[in-house]
Amino acid sequence: MGRAKLPRKSTIIDMTAMCDVAFLLLAFFILTTKFKPEEAITVVTPNSVSAKPAEEKDFVIVTIDAKGKVFISMDDEEKKEFIANTLNTTKNLGIDVNAFKKASFFGTPFSSLKSFLSLDDSQKKGDMLPGIPVDTTKGNNEMIEWMQLIASAYQGLKLNNLYVKGDNNSKYPSFEAVIESFKKNDFMKFQMITNPEAVPVGSEYFKLRGEGVKLED
Amino acid sequence: MAEMDTSSSGGKHKKGPGVKKGKKLSTRVDLTPMVDLGFLLITFFIFTTTMSHPTAMKLYLPKDTDKPEEQNKAKESGALTLLLGKDNNIFYYEGILAPDASNFKSSNFGVGEDGIRNVILRKKASTNIEDLVIVIKPTKECVYKNVVDILDEMKINVIKRYALVKVFDIEEQLVAKSEETLTN
Repeated sequence: MGRAKLPRKSTIIDMTAMCDVAFLLLAFFILTTKFKPEEAITVVTPNSVSAKPAEEKDFVIVTIDAKGKVFISMDDEEKKEFIANTLNTTKNLGIDVNAFKKASFFGTPFSSLKSFLSLDDSQKKGDMLPGIPVDTTKGNNEMIEWMQLIASAYQGLKLNNLYVKGDNNSKYPSFEAVIESFKKNDFMKFQMITNPEAVPVGSEYFKLRGEGVKLED
Repeated sequence: MAEMDTSSSGGKHKKGPGVKKGKKLSTRVDLTPMVDLGFLLITFFIFTTTMSHPTAMKLYLPKDTDKPEEQNKAKESGALTLLLGKDNNIFYYEGILAPDASNFKSSNFGVGEDGIRNVILRKKASTNIEDLVIVIKPTKECVYKNVVDILDEMKINVIKRYALVKVFDIEEQLVAKSEETLTN
């Protein structure tokens, strides 16, 4: 009885197809990655153990840069239009509503808002602007008025995504003035944008999380 | 696939009888390392894109009220007041500040024995959990990072009741004085 001889097969696998797939995926991921848009205001945020991701739409962000200058940015154009119109009627600023709608952030006193809006995008940089005045000692906290405008723009609607994005090295008084403006307008809940950080091993939060206890963020 | 066709094409180009045939070298390339590299880059890109997503930390503000009956009362025994100074210094006292400032102590953001985490944990262990309330008072000199770090510390140590409160002048002076002695 002779056994049928199996033909010896080569163990070399052609990798070309796999290589193609790998690089195709690579190309896909690179292209779909959203590149961080160059930010007009450079801010290095602190770290926290919070794991809740920050929303990227329908937000109001109050930015505090390293020198303590305050800027405000929001994405809802309808709300911005409302604010621009209110500013024009109450303060007679004569600002361009369309330019206001397109502007990604605001960082000047109300009095120079008009000239700010006529600036070129390349000149709208955090370091070149004075920021919104928040000096509480002189009673000149324009953030209160800003938050008032935002409150009236969001009339009836809940503003859930109120963020503060502060720089590590900004001094506390600016932050305090911002909090003050929130409080004055009944925004009792806000969130701070941070970078994620690992929970210290062995801490109570770490243990609770390990036990599967649901913790509110 | 990964090799080139090196066989003489067409057969029209026959070499003469005396001409030696050059040794045929295989042009097959091993693509395994290249595949490895490809997948390595893919994993790298996937990780870096999801990791850099910023997170948000919630903070509820207490309502300011002038009427004393509406204010939340904190039991003296359960209160721990943290004062944030410059250069990442923390000062703290339990209960009410003694007139001679004898219970005014200094701490830092480290994890050592006198680090703030241990101070909070000791206080938490020694007081009734219902009475425990931590009062955070940042001074003018401290930076935003300190405030976020201390709020984070509340979360890490699972402190349910804490508040961000305006600092008193007397406390600020005490912090400034203590900082002077610390640096000297």
